[in-house]
Amino acid sequence: MLERTPQQFRELQEITIKSDTRDILAHATKQAESFEDYFLVDIDAHVTETQFWNEILACIDNDVIRQMAHGQQLRPGQGATALLNTVPGMSYQHVYGRIPHQAALAEVVEEPGAHHFTTLARRSMDALGLDYQIVFPTPMLTLGMHPQDEIEAAISGGYNRWLIERILPEDDRLKGMLYLPFNSPDACVELVEKYAAEPAIIGFTVTSTRNKPVHHNNYMRLYSLIEESGKPLAFHSGFNWSDPSFLQLNRFISMHAISFVHYSLIHMTNWIINGLPERFPKLKLLWVESGLAWIPYLMQRLDHEYQMRTCEAPMLKRLPSEYMRDMFYTSQPLEKSNLKILQCTMEAFNADTQLLYASDWPHWDFDPPSSITMLPFLADQAKRNILGLNAARLFGLEVKRTRPRAADVLASRPGVS
Amino acid sequence: MRELNIGPASEFDDPGRKIIAFDGVEVGVFKLGDAFTAYFNHCPHMGGPACQGKIIAKVDEAIAPDRTSKGMIFSKTQTNMVCPWHGYEFDIRTGVHPGNARMRLRPVKVHLSTDGDVIVTLPDARERPAA
Repeated sequence: MLERTPQQFRELQEITIKSDTRDILAHATKQAESFEDYFLVDIDAHVTETQFWNEILACIDNDVIRQMAHGQQLRPGQGATALLNTVPGMSYQHVYGRIPHQAALAEVVEEPGAHHFTTLARRSMDALGLDYQIVFPTPMLTLGMHPQDEIEAAISGGYNRWLIERILPEDDRLKGMLYLPFNSPDACVELVEKYAAEPAIIGFTVTSTRNKPVHHNNYMRLYSLIEESGKPLAFHSGFNWSDPSFLQLNRFISMHAISFVHYSLIHMTNWIINGLPERFPKLKLLWVESGLAWIPYLMQRLDHEYQMRTCEAPMLKRLPSEYMRDMFYTSQPLEKSNLKILQCTMEAFNADTQLLYASDWPHWDFDPPSSITMLPFLADQAKRNILGLNAARLFGLEVKRTRPRAADVLASRPGVS
Repeated sequence: MRELNIGPASEFDDPGRKIIAFDGVEVGVFKLGDAFTAYFNHCPHMGGPACQGKIIAKVDEAIAPDRTSKGMIFSKTQTNMVCPWHGYEFDIRTGVHPGNARMRLRPVKVHLSTDGDVIVTLPDARERPAA
């Protein structure tokens, strides 16, 4: 039956870098109405720390390096990248403007009394339906390739201080992982000793994009301290187009698809084969941002070779895959073009208890919580575990609802249907 | 079903669009040349607002007769909309993803009235995509 209607409609606008986070994510908020009673924790979201680079540089302890940074900023265009080893002209993640929120979150922020980033984070948490969100940096993910170890140590010290003193106290829903300047083991130890007891620091991060063997004896003191803290150690992967092998790849897609997994494969292999799970049996390990498909590949490959070359991994008492099954993994970017393969992948490492939801917001390949809730083969309890309860167990988070109702978030936005 | 008059065709750029929200449903209405097409503002990938992104020509690769690549060029025949969530592109004329024919936007009926207005036919609630 056709009905001609005189009612007014509203026009929605193009989404640009100036769009409000809650409008960009309005459809995710609608999706969140279907899981209102879930507890949700986002293990991996990002601040674009260069947006607040002056604040972070001001937190660098070493006054010579702080002056170096300010001197660098005199050069036009280097205000937001001073001392960093990023290649801004090749930051292609936003697909040349096609994905605006990756290019910039240049929306109006006028909330009084809150840091600009805290406001952005609150908007994303409310829109995605999150009770807690863990903050990681962005350009600093490649800092492990910086040729100057002392610069990595200085910047990470400034970033950690900024995060702990300026950002995390503003909102109990925001949590942080301490950035470890892994190229300087002694500096890592100092930072852990200084900040391990901070309540809002719920773990420690090694950015995986680096060429440092994780089994080197220089790291044993660091791992001991982290193990004693009871908080997890996360390896957060990233990309590096400058790797000699990757220089053969002529498109960003090719390099990006391989590079994250590449570093996770190397660090996991060194971790297992050198028997670190046996040396640090209580150290909880979390692997961040490599998706899931690499996990069953490496499990099978290492099991296969280990049983023929056991003499090269004498510390092991079990199969490599069994150690990997004790570890934790984050979900993003979830490979789901073949759900049968994804189901097998999740079964391979007991995703029901070992997988933690991550959004990666505001990056270009972010996953909303519906990436988990829509999976047809997962039982309701498994979805609840992955979306929040596994994280609560790993990080000791109180399971309590902290977010507004999705309907209220939508109602507060006049431009959303 | 309901018919909704969203205004004169002359208000549209070429290429151009209006994205309308009405009674809990969002529809993107596009003009390309003389043709109007309309789709639910719902990306089949993850439910993003597919119609609210950039409008841009499809990128092709120019291949010479000897099969060497002459580099990337903008298509002169295909214009896409880009879902702003993840960059999924869809042909404005067909709603189909250029690299995966199974990935397509759900179309909505659209026609011009005798007065030159753009009329969208909205389906009943049960026929609309879930959030």
